[in-house]
Amino acid sequence: MRVSAVDAAAVRDVRHRDPAWRGRVAWTAVFALALWPMFVVSEFTPAILFDRQSLAATGQFLAGFFPPAHDRAFLLMLVRETWLTIAIATAGLALALLGAIPATLLVTEQLSISRLGTRRMAPLPAAMRQLVRWLLVLLRSVPELVWALLFVRIVGLGPTAGVLAIALTYCGMLAKVYAEILESSASHTSDALLANGSGRLAALLYGALPEAASELVSYTVYRWECAIRGSVVMGFVGAGGLGQRMDESMKMLAGGEVAAMLLIFVLLVAGADAVSALLRRRLG
Amino acid sequence: MTARTDAGAAAQRPMPAAPRRSWSATVLVLALIALVTASFASLPLKWAEFFSAAALRSSGEFLAGFAPPELATPFLAKTAWATAETLAMSALGTLLAVAGGMLLALPGAGRFGRTARAAVRIVMNVLRSVPELVWASVLLIAAGLGPFAGTLALAVHTAGVLGRLFADALENTAPLPEQSLRANGAAALPAFLYATLPQALPQMLSYTLYRWENNIRAAAVLGVVGAGGLGQMLKYHLSLFQMPAAATVIIAMLLLVALVDGVSHALRRALTR
Repeated sequence: MRVSAVDAAAVRDVRHRDPAWRGRVAWTAVFALALWPMFVVSEFTPAILFDRQSLAATGQFLAGFFPPAHDRAFLLMLVRETWLTIAIATAGLALALLGAIPATLLVTEQLSISRLGTRRMAPLPAAMRQLVRWLLVLLRSVPELVWALLFVRIVGLGPTAGVLAIALTYCGMLAKVYAEILESSASHTSDALLANGSGRLAALLYGALPEAASELVSYTVYRWECAIRGSVVMGFVGAGGLGQRMDESMKMLAGGEVAAMLLIFVLLVAGADAVSALLRRRLG
Repeated sequence: MTARTDAGAAAQRPMPAAPRRSWSATVLVLALIALVTASFASLPLKWAEFFSAAALRSSGEFLAGFAPPELATPFLAKTAWATAETLAMSALGTLLAVAGGMLLALPGAGRFGRTARAAVRIVMNVLRSVPELVWASVLLIAAGLGPFAGTLALAVHTAGVLGRLFADALENTAPLPEQSLRANGAAALPAFLYATLPQALPQMLSYTLYRWENNIRAAAVLGVVGAGGLGQMLKYHLSLFQMPAAATVIIAMLLLVALVDGVSHALRRALTR
């Protein structure tokens, strides 16, 4: 009888012990210590959110959210700006393709003739490819928002800056990924065509593209979706479209207008998401 | 019967017939062309101003203004501080997002009923479909100018993204370990912590690291609406037309992004080898 009581106590004891407890505590402490400077540098002061002045401003702003602005002129303006946002993204992507397709043809190793058989490229074509690759790296590593800021200084406020910014950044991204997709798809057909004396363009059209077409198109559609999000964001630095109007409403603390725009914006992103998912599913 | 005639026809013809085109593909291409044309037609684009001789000259001067980046030591120190601020914003934002994402993921994985799951998934969709920059400009009103607003903006957006990824990871775990712990008398929380969470943890960790990488890039530009870090410096110096200073900030941004890319590439290589 007594023995089983001792057993029960031991069982209860065992049930509450975590074998890795000490390690977990130690790692959490180390982690917290490493995190401390981060809190200082980023001026992490949650108290600010709850001081009276900021609460009043936030309350006033949020109170304006209901109902969202919905007078006729404002809604018409919203429709126009939403279309402008889509148009900036589409035009930017179209211009990006104009640059990205030739750059892909220059960069991709799939269409190299000196590579055939030896698997090693001649020095001159290799250097040329590396040069174009560096140019593409430069294009895509400057964030689109920074391109937009620079172009706004050059061409002034308005959609031109946004279109140019999307064109440059996406040219770099698309060309890089297109070249990778072509290189990772099966190369037998295009290799056979090239080895038997076909031109590079014919080898691309009849050998490489059919293997990779659906993947290429699906990546482009995905990037179009990203460009729509990007074109809203670039509006905040004055590159036209929904973002610019939102920035203006925000500066006037017009809660109702901001609420309506946020709503439109969520719907726009969801719509682009749905269209892009539909297209990509169709392409299989 | 039909098979035999087909075979006979194929033997006579040198080439097989071209595959039938589906009309929906034609419609899609036409719609695409219409979309692109309408976009270019409806945008008030100012190519003439951009490509005219005067414009080319002025943009040439504009670009030449960047030429020697500002390299004075105090300015470099300021840029380094802004870079540290950017990194701190991204790290804290991601950490807060992990906490928030975990709170959202539990109901999002259907642990508190189907209605809670649907409602929380809608909330997470809204959180992640508004970009960080838009969140930052909204949060400036509550949090004031500076990196704190940027940190919160990153946290809010990323909580939506991570919440959904975490919820999916939790839903994909095997349910049996937790059920057997529960059946043997363990309380709900320990059963979750010791049976379900360890299964999903590696995947959640890798999602978190991936989002951190994204957030460093986002934090670098977030400041253009006034939310701290390198972006705020860039906006400030560009609006004062101090081009050499702006050039230094842009170079710092490029270096930061290149560093992050390099480290993550090396890490992924080391982990997958």
